[in-house]
Amino acid sequence: MSIKHSLLALLHEGPMYGAQLRGEFEARTGGTWPLNVGQVYTTLSRLERDGLVAGAGAPDDEGRIAYELTDAGRAELDAWWSVPVGREQTPRNELAIKLALAVTLPGVDVQQIVQTQRTATMTHLRDLTRLKRTADGEDLAWELVLESLVFADEAEIRWLDHVEARIARLDPSQAKASRTAHVASAGSAGVREAVTRR
Amino acid sequence: MSTTTHPALLLDGVERTHGTGPTAVHALRGVSLAVEPGELVAVMGPSGSGKSTLLNVAGALDAPTGGRVLIDGQELSALGRKQLDRLRRRTMGFVFQDLNLIPSLTALENVSLPLELDGVALRTARAAARAALDKVRIPELADRFPEQLSGGQQQRAAIARALVGDRSLVLADEPTGALDSTTGEAVLRTLRQQCDDGAAGLLVTHESRHAAWADRVIFLRDGVVVDSTGDAATPESLLDRVV
Ligand SMILES: Nc1ncnc2c1ncn2[C@@H]1O[C@H](COP(=O)(O)OP(=O)(O)O)[C@@H](O)[C@H]1O
Ligand SMILES: [Mg+2]
Repeated sequence: MSIKHSLLALLHEGPMYGAQLRGEFEARTGGTWPLNVGQVYTTLSRLERDGLVAGAGAPDDEGRIAYELTDAGRAELDAWWSVPVGREQTPRNELAIKLALAVTLPGVDVQQIVQTQRTATMTHLRDLTRLKRTADGEDLAWELVLESLVFADEAEIRWLDHVEARIARLDPSQAKASRTAHVASAGSAGVREAVTRR
Repeated sequence: MSTTTHPALLLDGVERTHGTGPTAVHALRGVSLAVEPGELVAVMGPSGSGKSTLLNVAGALDAPTGGRVLIDGQELSALGRKQLDRLRRRTMGFVFQDLNLIPSLTALENVSLPLELDGVALRTARAAARAALDKVRIPELADRFPEQLSGGQQQRAAIARALVGDRSLVLADEPTGALDSTTGEAVLRTLRQQCDDGAAGLLVTHESRHAAWADRVIFLRDGVVVDSTGDAATPESLLDRVV
């Protein structure tokens, strides 16, 4: 999963220091993927080295440094939203995190993220199916591996359909608005409450 | 593309509005799509997104309120009712969720009927019907009546009827709706085979594992094509990711 991009996404809301970032990450992903503060600071220093974040002013009374996004960091984040999660990395986790963050942040086109991902996964599923069609039933182990990938893709697409339906149900006017440019933050706070309550 | 070959099916900026005034429903809002011979295209989208309307317009069962529909390069709006009927009977095969098998005819007679209506000699029609039942792997059920067939067997007979006599355009709306997954897969295999043999196919389905049999999947939302899958990956690149 991408800690790097998750931190960039959180910093999009404004400057934060390490412990705050960790707290926000866990709150928004339901504590499903615990982070330790060490991971957060290691990632932050790498992001700073790469010019994607920068210190936001002097340390506070307790010596904590808040970080903020640079222009390059914003561009990196935009790219993350627009590119589907690859199959080769632990995909389910990064996708769930990406959508958990997307529904809690203003100005993110969730419907577009869902569609981009669905198309990529559907393409992968089609290619697997094509491969499976050529299987002659002689290599059971191979076919079982293929089928496990088919089931994983199918499950992901069903979940994406579900995400889309839930967003549409939440508030149809907002689902429409999010398709265009920036959603008013009041509207998206509604989504966030509905997601983080439960 | 050469000027002498046409897509089997071409939709060009197709619109379909039901009703008028404030209660009008814009089921299709400018859909363009080409399906080539040998190609199977799947249509996915939420309920109410216009999938069935798209299929009905493509099959000349419903007329667009805007844009053009061409079958084999023939613009449908230029055809009279008789010519349309003929085109539907000769060129197109339909598979719908409700099978519409005629209860008083055997499976073989049901499959043979479209050809007989078209003036094909009885012997020839029946032979083609047997071949079609063979293709869907129920040749032994030729003489049974629909009520003597299971749901899956009826569905296969309906598909045989849609494919009989080398239809060059096959249109299927949720054809695997009521079937168990093994039978559903057999249906897809048959459709796929028909397209590999040169037919063009348009398949509406909400199941990704079925859409995955298509060469291309298009996504409809609110009567608009919002996305479509790209070209196929090479087997090598897929294997890379698996191993
Ligand atoms: N005959 C009709 N009269 C009025 N509205 C219709 C008619 N047929 C379909 N619609 C409307 O058009 C839209 C698309 O319907 P349809 O093509 O059946 O969608 P799908 O097959 O994707 O579920 C829906 O809003 C539906 O209510
Ligand atoms: Mg429908």
